[in-house]
Amino acid sequence: MTTVATTKTTLSSLTGGELPRWTPWAVLAAAQALGLVVLGTANLAGAIVSGVVLYLVTIAALSGVVEGRRKATDRLVTSLVVAAFVIATVPLVSVTWTALSLGLRRFDAVFFTHSMAGVVGEGGGALHAIIGTLLITLAATVISVPIGLMTSIYLVEYGRGPLARVITFFVDVMTGIPSIVAGLFAYALFSMMFGPGHRSGISGAVALSVLMIPVVVRSSEEMLRIVPNELREAAYALGVPKWLTIVKVVLPTCIAGIMTGVVLAIARVIGETAPLLLTAGYIANMNYNLFADRMTTLPLFVFTTYRNSGGTDVTDLDRAWAGSLVLILIVLALNLAARLIARYFAPKTGR
Amino acid sequence: MSKRIDVADLNVYYGKFRAVEDVTMTIEPRSVTAFIGPSGCGKSTFLRTLNRMHEVIPGAYVEGTVTMDGENLYGPGVDPVRVRRQIGMVFQRPNPFPTMSIKENVLAGVTLNNRRMSASDKEELVERSLRGANLWEEVKNRLGLPGSGLSGGQQQRLCIARAIAMAPDVLLMDEPCSALDPISTLAIEDLIGELKANYTVVIVTHNMQQAARVSDTTAFFNIAGTGAPGKLIEMDHTEKIFHNPSQKATEDYITGRFG
Repeated sequence: MTTVATTKTTLSSLTGGELPRWTPWAVLAAAQALGLVVLGTANLAGAIVSGVVLYLVTIAALSGVVEGRRKATDRLVTSLVVAAFVIATVPLVSVTWTALSLGLRRFDAVFFTHSMAGVVGEGGGALHAIIGTLLITLAATVISVPIGLMTSIYLVEYGRGPLARVITFFVDVMTGIPSIVAGLFAYALFSMMFGPGHRSGISGAVALSVLMIPVVVRSSEEMLRIVPNELREAAYALGVPKWLTIVKVVLPTCIAGIMTGVVLAIARVIGETAPLLLTAGYIANMNYNLFADRMTTLPLFVFTTYRNSGGTDVTDLDRAWAGSLVLILIVLALNLAARLIARYFAPKTGR
Repeated sequence: MSKRIDVADLNVYYGKFRAVEDVTMTIEPRSVTAFIGPSGCGKSTFLRTLNRMHEVIPGAYVEGTVTMDGENLYGPGVDPVRVRRQIGMVFQRPNPFPTMSIKENVLAGVTLNNRRMSASDKEELVERSLRGANLWEEVKNRLGLPGSGLSGGQQQRLCIARAIAMAPDVLLMDEPCSALDPISTLAIEDLIGELKANYTVVIVTHNMQQAARVSDTTAFFNIAGTGAPGKLIEMDHTEKIFHNPSQKATEDYITGRFG
């Protein structure tokens, strides 16, 4: 207590009151305990929320009295920011936990080696859906990446005046297009060409590429724009034609960013359900051919098995959750791949 | 391989704005010509018109003629890409290609233009260019490392090596030392002194001592005011410009009395 007394006596214009470091934790624990006591464990969410509110009020008041207004504001806003962060992670953790705990029930060898052909009751798997998802997404990527990348090259390196502005505007509009509209577009296109009611993997891929192209254009455009002009000038000054400058200097410099953007665009469309419902349809059998017959994808597999379950049949529900888990894992793998690509292809500094 | 440049009645425009007005000058081969003048007086712009690099900026165009040993650079059918292969350029900020190693940077002019060259010729060209840029001893053991890992002064010498690997007739330098420390600046200045044995060197600089140290001929550019075009005021032997200029404006600028 002597130290406290001496610090109190040596108050200068530079020192101020300070709460002990453990104060926020103590106040938080006390507030939560009070919330639980008053509202009881039956209303757990309500108890936690009122505990947090109580904590915010208490810590602000306490700090205001001891430390002054500036620090009280600081503590209040810090607590609000942390609370927002926790709220944002709640659904993420909850989804991951649910998908893991329920999905692992059918996460077995049979699930990855069998389709749903002729399956009644237990057993069956999602191999047809996994293959379908991979094939359709691959086809969509093959369609979208050249178109999207070349569009962004046009916009950054060549585009001037009204045409470039019009393209930018329509790319922005396409970014916000509802996915079902993309599905209807592909459905109408293929119905016009091959007759009404046409279903095939490739029409699903076209629907997905309608959604994917604007994302690819936007992300590659950003990446191309951050390549310093000095590098282009350095190449021009060596007598390198413009197209070779783009291919050999500009693209290699930002290839990591472009590929990351592409992978994220794939992750964005791989979970699409509505457009594939209209175009690729659902089938219980294996189908390796993109150009003929219906083709199942994982989101459609999840949707259909859930619908078949009627919300109660555990066999179907377990299949649906296992399908969701596989989809989540694929997206997770894609994100990891994006990070590895970014690290591997990024220009090295050599220091 | 060093060539003379004759400029006649050259005007440079950015859209409607005239940036440089009526420049007529002769740049001698195997010598260093320095451009000095206040910021915004058009000396960098003018330098860029000597290898048509100004065309990279949208809306920029020139009137008048630039001839290199009798060939008009702005004649009909002249390909700016071919012009730039003969007239190299070094920029204010060192700009080695970040995706390439030191060796690949030196060879950039060859590889980026899809030219074939045997491995032994490449080795020789790399060594000759790096020696020409006084960089060989410092980097010969790490040719495979990225060029962006070098210091600023080394990077700038790497850019010079990259430019002279193309065997140009003329070497343009746009304030090559303004981003460098005094020691690196000295290294580049020594190098410029050696380069003039083989090349026509044109250098833009804000540093008047540098112009006095490295150049044989100095051209002074000035502007009448904001928005007015830059003009060539006087061009003469460097000795004369710095000790006995014929124009009052030149003397004011060199002695620090301007504005």
